[in-house]
Amino acid sequence: MRRLSIETPDRAQQVVQDLCRDMGHRVAANPPGLCPVDLALNFLRLCHAQTCGKCVPCRIGLSQLETLIESVLDQTAPEGTIDLIESTAAAIADSADCAIGYEAAAMVLEGVRGFREDYELHAKEGRCICSLKQPVPCVTVCPAHVDIPGYIALVREGCFQDAVDLIRKDNPFPYSCAYVCEHPCEKQCRRRLVDDAINICGIKRYAVDHCGDEAPPAPAEATGKRIAVVGGGPSGLTAAYYLQLMGHSVTVFEQRERLGGMLRYGIPDYRLPPEVLQKDIDYILKTGVEVRTGVCIGTDIQVEQLRRDYDALYVAIGAHADKKLGLPGEDSENVLSAVEFLRDCGEGRPLDFTGKRVVVIGGGNVSMDATRTAIRLGAESVTCVYRRRIDDMTALPEEIEDAQAEGCQILPLQAPHRIEADENGKVAALWTKPQIIGSYGRDGRPGPRDAAEREFRIPCDYLIIAIVQRIESDNFEKGGIGTSRGALKADLSGYVPGTPNVFAGGDAVTGPATVIRAVAAGKVGAANIDSFLGYSHTIRCDVQIPPARLSNTPPCGRIQLKARNPLEARGDFALATCGMTEEEAMQEAGRCLRCDHFGYGIFKGGRTSQW
Amino acid sequence: MVNVTVNGKAVAVPEHTTILEAAKAAGVDIPHLCYLKGLNEIGACRVCCVEIEGERNLVPSCNNPVFEGMVIRTNTPRVRSTRKINVELILSQHDCHCATCLRSGNCHLQNIANDLGILENPYPRDLVTGVRALWPRDFPLYRDTNKCIKCMRCIQVCDKVQGVNVWDLSGTGSRTRVDVSHNRRIKESDCVLCGQCITHCPTGALRERSDTEKAFAALADPDRITVVQIAPAVRAAWGESLGLPPEKATVNRMAAALRALGFDYVFDTSFSADLTIMEEGTEFLQRFKAGDTKYQPMFTSCCPGWVRYLKGHYPDMTARLSTAKSPQQMFGAVVRNYLSKKLGVEPGRIFSVSIMPCVAKKAECDLPTMHTEAGRDVDLVLTTRELVRMIRSEHIHPETLAEESFDSILGPYSGAGVIFGATGGVMEAALRSAYYLVNGRNPPPEAFTAVRGAADGTPGWTEAEFDLGGSTVKTAVVSGLGNTRKLLEAVRAGRVHYDFVEVMACPGGCAGGGGQPHSPNDEELAGSRGQLLYGIDKGSALRFSHENPAIQALYREALGAPGSETAEEWLHTDHLGWDMPAQRRESE
Repeated sequence: MRRLSIETPDRAQQVVQDLCRDMGHRVAANPPGLCPVDLALNFLRLCHAQTCGKCVPCRIGLSQLETLIESVLDQTAPEGTIDLIESTAAAIADSADCAIGYEAAAMVLEGVRGFREDYELHAKEGRCICSLKQPVPCVTVCPAHVDIPGYIALVREGCFQDAVDLIRKDNPFPYSCAYVCEHPCEKQCRRRLVDDAINICGIKRYAVDHCGDEAPPAPAEATGKRIAVVGGGPSGLTAAYYLQLMGHSVTVFEQRERLGGMLRYGIPDYRLPPEVLQKDIDYILKTGVEVRTGVCIGTDIQVEQLRRDYDALYVAIGAHADKKLGLPGEDSENVLSAVEFLRDCGEGRPLDFTGKRVVVIGGGNVSMDATRTAIRLGAESVTCVYRRRIDDMTALPEEIEDAQAEGCQILPLQAPHRIEADENGKVAALWTKPQIIGSYGRDGRPGPRDAAEREFRIPCDYLIIAIVQRIESDNFEKGGIGTSRGALKADLSGYVPGTPNVFAGGDAVTGPATVIRAVAAGKVGAANIDSFLGYSHTIRCDVQIPPARLSNTPPCGRIQLKARNPLEARGDFALATCGMTEEEAMQEAGRCLRCDHFGYGIFKGGRTSQW
Repeated sequence: MVNVTVNGKAVAVPEHTTILEAAKAAGVDIPHLCYLKGLNEIGACRVCCVEIEGERNLVPSCNNPVFEGMVIRTNTPRVRSTRKINVELILSQHDCHCATCLRSGNCHLQNIANDLGILENPYPRDLVTGVRALWPRDFPLYRDTNKCIKCMRCIQVCDKVQGVNVWDLSGTGSRTRVDVSHNRRIKESDCVLCGQCITHCPTGALRERSDTEKAFAALADPDRITVVQIAPAVRAAWGESLGLPPEKATVNRMAAALRALGFDYVFDTSFSADLTIMEEGTEFLQRFKAGDTKYQPMFTSCCPGWVRYLKGHYPDMTARLSTAKSPQQMFGAVVRNYLSKKLGVEPGRIFSVSIMPCVAKKAECDLPTMHTEAGRDVDLVLTTRELVRMIRSEHIHPETLAEESFDSILGPYSGAGVIFGATGGVMEAALRSAYYLVNGRNPPPEAFTAVRGAADGTPGWTEAEFDLGGSTVKTAVVSGLGNTRKLLEAVRAGRVHYDFVEVMACPGGCAGGGGQPHSPNDEELAGSRGQLLYGIDKGSALRFSHENPAIQALYREALGAPGSETAEEWLHTDHLGWDMPAQRRESE
């Protein structure tokens, strides 16, 4: 008789663990547009399978909730059922003995309160507020709705130029996005149900790295309409490109010397080489878009004048101004905002950090850009200070990993408190208050609070604040464009209410966001300006999409882009990540499940061939 | 060409051919259920799945192209067992009371289940019950959710061919089903009742409201005088599901069958098609000369599906319709007012029935505007399918009946009236008589064949220009509402200009109407049926509506001239006198 034994999971347990992992992937890749009540019911069923059966609320209560919700879905629920669901769930959440019960009930409660109108519609009308709209998850989730399965199929067949042309139907920045897109498309990739998301961004990069340089399509017959675009960033140039293709005559006004906006002045060269950005810009300009750089609207030309001189106006001025944190000592010398620091680099006037100690404040992608740029400028040390934990940083995980690999230190749970200057007024140190991570806030993230520790001093020669960006909207507000908390006010069509002919989009409307969202706003603006001017031009691409191969690749690892040796990469501004090899690109493209052909996509919504 | 092997037989087929079509080329029939060539190739039912050498899973053959060297097997144990299970699964959610289903014997699901020899279903029945299974019984279109197999054909034909988008999927997960789109109820929708969803449904999930019992009741009532009219397109299709070859399925044999059913008077709507030409043709010439068609055309008004569409989607253009009633309603008004006098009976004693290739006609005859002082124009509309069911129900065997002529007084009709049943026919008939009215002599009867529309559902429309007394009349003919929408948008944008436009809601016109028999092989029959009608016209002694002696007598004895006060009262209508249930919602 053994007194103790070493426990090893049996086969059934192992399989269940595998199934739990697969289920996790499945839930994470939940397609958009599903019935919330049906999902709530089936999550509840899963929860109930986890019950131990000891306590009453969990054992019986969850079961009764299932019956009640089912009756709502079957439209057999008597009056008052939804209230009964709510009170039952509240009682279970209040009285179940362990988390299995009370957390399950809390989820039901959150649902019945969060989408009660859907419960009611089911109960009364047998209808759902949601309709089945899950054709192609990547296309649905991409703000610009780029035909992703289409271009992946073209890459797989070796038609790289066609792939890039197809992308340009919805996004005239294929090069830039191939390098810096945050690829929301990968989040709900259906391939996650099999193994892992397709590396869509990496495949796009392979396509742009291997295609030729074709000329843009010829614009439609000239309409004689003149459109002014204010701001030569991704949003403005996207609108300009499509409007020019539609036959209108577009002039882009750019305040700085060169086009590109944040792509040029905000994103460092080691992520987006200027010559890559230039390919997108050159292609766009080949359509005949007129450009006037070095012109500041509101100073050199008034908004009213543009409104009068042009048939329509698209304002996409971005978010290029910085904001003070309000820390004591913030006006000390060598305290910079990330926006101006990165802009100076983009304009070819980088600071020399040789031998300097640099501190960066912030946890987003901009802070990572500043951190990794500082190290490339020769800094002796770069410390990124963040209020919360590393897990809570909003920067892409690979950016954080690369920054750390390149030798930056990330100092989490330190809240900037004050800035110490030396006798010459130069920054000498950042004082922080150590934090402890605490309860969850409304945003679903755990928030920090002051820890019972003493203030902490981080000596530095430069301090870069990468927290908030602001929109320089004053001149536009004076020009009759409404603002809300500093951002330009536009409706979902891009139209600025109360103006005769003004549309707006991009960071200037949304606040600092992503390139692809800026592009999407430009596309929306272009379509609606065209309609506003009384036209219905369409943008299309006649590339033939290859038929889907019958069987997809069996479970197979996702190809990740390889980083350069970080110790080498930290010394220059050359690209920090390497593109896929041909072998990698083909394997990765072969993993695509072709949701445009298999599943709902072939019935409805699989492909929008024009807009 | 691509070389493939189907069940061991080598065959070469053009590139992009589907597996299903390639198998057909090799003489192998792959069973399928949801597939409808060119319209619904979505692999939903999984009945057509086959084995492809080298592929992990079974592959649907309807929507995947062959590749070079493909080895296809359509009848392995794996294929057969999977196909059977998938059909059993479909059957578990299908109301299999075939004896009380009007599609029994002509149901794709029944055929496939029978072919597979399914005698028992291991899966328990899982039908929708309670309020979720309800459908209004008084609406001319009836849907039985428990017979729907979610093949999506109705959605596709309504979206892609008609562009009306009445149907959509509703709900998600296990409760996903077909229902009226945008969470609407059918009665509050903009359904035009074209019935194309019915003729493309593989099962009995969609049908017209069955009105045959009302007809039998009237026939059995000794106090009622039953009068029936037969629409032109019915003659081209009624024999199909009765097993009659076209040469046997003549309109005069149909007249005999209707008398056998007990109708007292049998007429042909082609007569009132001729009358329509007189009224609508005159109206057109007046409007044309007055400059009324300078910007927007006058549209024909004989298709109630089209009228519903225009009022639902482009209500601002309602006044562009001809004010002429449709031939069905004109016939009804003439029967009530003129025939009753001739017969010396109270108009109210007459029970006026029409046999139509159409579901929308059921709604049209119920419109509040469709009556005269003598009462409602038409009492009851039956589709071609309902006529066939009545004939079967009475065990009448038309092939044994001798052909009979129509009743006198309103019996004669011209070939021009007959071609109303095919796309382009109304326009052609109108132009023949308009030519006469302008020039005082008849044109050659074949002078206007250029307006005949495409009956195969091809995109676009037919346009033609004619000289009428020195002025050029621009005409267009369109069928199918998807095409119609494009034409209307072009007209509204000023990209095209026409004076006179004929619109038929169903592709190919009434010959392809939503009240016509189902094709057992999913063939689109509008074209061949239309050709039959044009053949009848060609063989007619009478080719011009204005030469119809019965029409001439009617004007002489009752109406006076086209457009007279009496003609206005009997034969014209106010399209603004009623509303569609809902304006079209902005599509998302």
